Amino acid sequence: MRITCPNCGERDRREFYYQGDALALGRPADDAGLDDWDDYLHNRDNPAGDTRDLWFHEAGCGAWLVVERNTVTHAVHAATLAEKVKR
Amino acid sequence: MAKLIALTPCAGLLPIAHGAAEVTEVVPECLVSVAPYAGQNKATSARLKEQVGTGLSAVNRRVGGVTWFGHGTWLVAADVALDGLAAVTDQSDAWAVVEIKGAGATDVLARLVPVDLRAQVFKKNHVAKTMLGHMSVAIVRTGPDAFEIMVMRSMAQTLVHDLDVAMRGVTAR
Amino acid sequence: MRLHAPESTVTFTFDGRKLKGVPGEPVSAALLANGIKLVARSFKYHRPRGVMSAGSEEQNALVTVGHGAQAEPNLRATTLEVSEGLEVSSQNAWPSLRYDALAVNDLVSPFLAAGFYYKTFMWPRSFWEKLYEPVIRRAAGLGALSGQTNPDTYEKAFAFCDVLVIGAGPAGLMAALTAGRAGADVILADEDTAMGGRLLREREDVDGKPAGAWVTEALAELDAMPNVRRMTRTTVTGAYDQGTYGAVERLGGAPSADKPIECFWRIVAKRAILCAGALERPIAFPNNDRPGIMMASAVRAYVNRWGVVPGKRVTIFGNNDDAHRTAADLVAAGIKVAAVIDSRDDADISGDYPIYTGAQVIATKGRHALQSITISHNGGTRTIQTDCLAMSGGWNLTVHLTCHMNGRPKWREDIASFVPTPESIPGMVTAGACNGSFDTAACLAEGAAVAAEIADDFGLNAKATVPAADHTAYSVTPLWAVPGKGRKWIDFQNDVHVKDIKLAAQENFRSVEHMKRYTTQGMAPDQGKSSNVVALAVLADATGRGIPETGTTTFRPPYVPVSIAAMGAGSQGKGFAPERFTTSHKATVARDAPMIEAGLWYRPSYFPQKGETHWQQSCDREVGYVRNAVGVCDVSTLGKIDIQGPDAAALLDFVYTNMFSTVKVGRVRYGLMLREDGHVMDDGTTARLGEQHFVMTTTTAAAGLVMRHLEFVLQVLRPDLDAKVISITEQWAQFAVAGPQARALLNTVLDQELNDESWPFMACGEVSVAGVSGRLFRISFSGEHAYEVAVPSRYGDNLFRMLTAQAEVMGGGPYGMEALNVLRIEKGFITHAEIHGRTTAFDIGMARMISAKKDCIGKSAAARPGLLGEGRQQLVGLRAKGRDHALTAGAHLFERQAAAIRVNSQGYTTSVCYSPTLKTHLALGFLENGRARHGEVIKLRDHLRDITEEVEVCDPVFFDPTGGRARG
Repeated sequence: MRITCPNCGERDRREFYYQGDALALGRPADDAGLDDWDDYLHNRDNPAGDTRDLWFHEAGCGAWLVVERNTVTHAVHAATLAEKVKR
Repeated sequence: MAKLIALTPCAGLLPIAHGAAEVTEVVPECLVSVAPYAGQNKATSARLKEQVGTGLSAVNRRVGGVTWFGHGTWLVAADVALDGLAAVTDQSDAWAVVEIKGAGATDVLARLVPVDLRAQVFKKNHVAKTMLGHMSVAIVRTGPDAFEIMVMRSMAQTLVHDLDVAMRGVTAR
Repeated sequence: MRLHAPESTVTFTFDGRKLKGVPGEPVSAALLANGIKLVARSFKYHRPRGVMSAGSEEQNALVTVGHGAQAEPNLRATTLEVSEGLEVSSQNAWPSLRYDALAVNDLVSPFLAAGFYYKTFMWPRSFWEKLYEPVIRRAAGLGALSGQTNPDTYEKAFAFCDVLVIGAGPAGLMAALTAGRAGADVILADEDTAMGGRLLREREDVDGKPAGAWVTEALAELDAMPNVRRMTRTTVTGAYDQGTYGAVERLGGAPSADKPIECFWRIVAKRAILCAGALERPIAFPNNDRPGIMMASAVRAYVNRWGVVPGKRVTIFGNNDDAHRTAADLVAAGIKVAAVIDSRDDADISGDYPIYTGAQVIATKGRHALQSITISHNGGTRTIQTDCLAMSGGWNLTVHLTCHMNGRPKWREDIASFVPTPESIPGMVTAGACNGSFDTAACLAEGAAVAAEIADDFGLNAKATVPAADHTAYSVTPLWAVPGKGRKWIDFQNDVHVKDIKLAAQENFRSVEHMKRYTTQGMAPDQGKSSNVVALAVLADATGRGIPETGTTTFRPPYVPVSIAAMGAGSQGKGFAPERFTTSHKATVARDAPMIEAGLWYRPSYFPQKGETHWQQSCDREVGYVRNAVGVCDVSTLGKIDIQGPDAAALLDFVYTNMFSTVKVGRVRYGLMLREDGHVMDDGTTARLGEQHFVMTTTTAAAGLVMRHLEFVLQVLRPDLDAKVISITEQWAQFAVAGPQARALLNTVLDQELNDESWPFMACGEVSVAGVSGRLFRISFSGEHAYEVAVPSRYGDNLFRMLTAQAEVMGGGPYGMEALNVLRIEKGFITHAEIHGRTTAFDIGMARMISAKKDCIGKSAAARPGLLGEGRQQLVGLRAKGRDHALTAGAHLFERQAAAIRVNSQGYTTSVCYSPTLKTHLALGFLENGRARHGEVIKLRDHLRDITEEVEVCDPVFFDPTGGRARG
């Protein structure tokens, strides 16, 4: 698997650390309530198809990325710097 | 009182040579990391230019003593004063720096590095932050058959070991 | 026998017998040239077997090379190159290949049909692992591993290209030439020792000259192009995501110590052209496995390419036009063709030899080598004397790689083969025989056309110039299995025959995947390359379905076996993981300190001295240094992170539970870091060096984790914070100097005198250390008056030697991890033994450190129901009731009178030590409602080590609870 890092270009999967669903971008407020925090911490979809998740180019430039890919075809559609993603 | 005695990261480990490749230690005088604060890239670049003759290099590039070193970070081969424009951190002792050169250098690195380092793709002063074996490294092409490799100081011995094994394999072909 | 005397020969051995061979030719060719027909014994029935093919699909001729630790089993004689001194042995036979005792299996074969093991060895259940399985494994099998460490060298490597051409037959060569001429960056890979594919094996012309001559010219042209790399002996074994391909290269030639046997390549290609050709399939007729029965194309290859005569009276049995090439080539080479048997009634063939159309081979004879065949023809039978039968059941396209990403091939009736489904692998196209185009002219044209199209996509100017070549029609009428009695082998490598597959269908294993697993069809090292299509045709027939409905099993990588040693190359021994050494490593090892691993780091366990016979003695002495004089310990392995920027303090407030924006410059504060789920992530001290400048320390274990976490906070959660983090772990060599004499020791190396005013407890700042600019932190992990002094790493070795020498003068010395652990347990300081991922700030008694004045990571989740309260197991100290009563970590805690069973467990121990200071055994652990139970005596039970002890619950701070020693 290869991911195109916005800084480094196309790189082998071994350089990246996988975090999980990109919904982590939307951290609830500290007083948001148990249900919101439960969703944020624990509840995840498991889609057969397009997914959006966070990867860290740990053995490369050190950028956190939002990667859009497809769990069925394994296509990687895009990788964006997390800090530039609208939230 | 006597001043403390300094040792280089690869003391006692280098040089090594096999076939058409040799590895030697490079000992930088000074290395500082420069990470410009929000919106300060231009200003940082201008101040750098005044002090070391060149501004911030492009992503994945080295210009003079300024090397891109990862997301929003550069490594500068001189101490610089950027008063509040960027985070400046001494890294002079943090990296083991070696140079591999010779006709076999590209083949040796192809055994260890998952990035295309051939001359037509990875040109002089191109920088790759990547892996060498299991280690995080920065690789810079310094000449037609020469690369600089930077690895965490504590891993110098493993770097030399991995290069040695790859060099022997390439040489035996 | 050979057609011509070879130019040069070398000597190799087969089962100890010295033989002559031509260097570089396959061992199979050399064996045939030496008249050796019996080469192997089959997997299950130990049937005598001979060479069957001339390529990597070989099912029968598996051999072992070398001996001792370097022995390598299960190599195919058809791809193994002859070299001087090569030592080849047959395998799976005892006492010898010719007289194999287990050939008795063949006589009882009616009892050994598919599913036999499942049905027979079911009861008693306990016998399976101890008796049945070992016996079966010994009887049925392949070559054996030596069981010794293999000293051979293997290698892994990466390669990149625009176009990867897989296979260098007519289509592949033409594709590489076309893409190469257009200027594309090309890799041409082929598994053979020489490129040319079938053009090296057939008698035909290309571009008005013999095909071999055209190949030589093409290769010369390719070699002159700097943008083309040719990889011979390289099999592309798998297609993976985003244009990544796996390939195994066998280096061949004379071995040497440093020279790899194999190299496992990871090739990244923007585009790929699969030109893998096709494999001829056998026909299932009774006893079709005798030595001397071979694939027709292999017979041609041995004759045409290697000048080896596989038999003196050759018969040919086929169901397609292609088989007749064999007859023509044999005649041209002066070899007698005894008969050509074509199963088709309407076969339009002629030749100067007996021809039987509408005929089938129904029996064969000859135990160790074929002697005769019997055919049915015109309602009668006829026996023909022959020592070599060339069979051809038609061709299976080599579609394997197109299936590696879930692609399903489609059945094409006219050529009776599965063909690749386009775009099964993104970026890969197929050309030539693997695409269903069999004649040379079509292969050349297709190779050129697809390469030109790809070059066009790259914006290169490509011309598809195609040389003239043969147009030969290919017509096939399927014949899978000849009717009648007798075992008709399909999967020769796993000894599966027609009846096994029918039995599977009869027992309702009708799905092709079920049939495969029930019969083991296609599960041998060759993965059913030649046999799968025949097997599923037989299954289709038995279940009354067509082949397309029956479908295929799934082809998965690798296409050919890849040595585990090649895939793991570089990771043996020192290559397993990087070793991280501190600057004091040499001086430490020179003191004979045993080193222990801490993550990738190596740290001293203890520093033994003369007369000490047990680590405990060294440890007790070192604890004494710190409690009574001064000890020195390298703490450089702890993570150190430089944090700067306008929002540096705000970042720390967000990642730590407690407040850091209020820390004064020149002061250090202990910080607790939570995960977002409310559990403790890490702890450590952070020093404020300037208004916008902090240095955070992490535990050794969590250094990488915390760095990643800080970047996550800055880039993902709070990009509004303007702060920069960078690791400085490697920049500084840092040493703990601890004990009543700590200040006195430091004053011998510092260029300015320390005192309580300038360096009170938790102070930090810059100092000059023997002429070098360094940093000093007055912090303590031992509860003693202590400092950590840091200098740039280049000076670490020298400073460690200085400090330890000076400490020894003062009655102290270096201390290792054992003593460090005792010192911190005596003080109740936690490590990752306590903050192991399931404990909260509340559990460790630090709930009050979660500031109410601000949000922080983990704050909300830490307040969830269930993470607070009496029911939680809380950090406690545990004190043994007697000096000799050692406690163990991982033991469970029970009420004194309660039975030591799972439901009664109230907690567990995490850290234990013998405290030479308090002269008793101590433990830290977690106990239900533990903080309210100080003074209670409870039971510690370690079921693993069979230890039961009574312990008293107490505060986790065993020693100097007021902390006066650290401040004084």
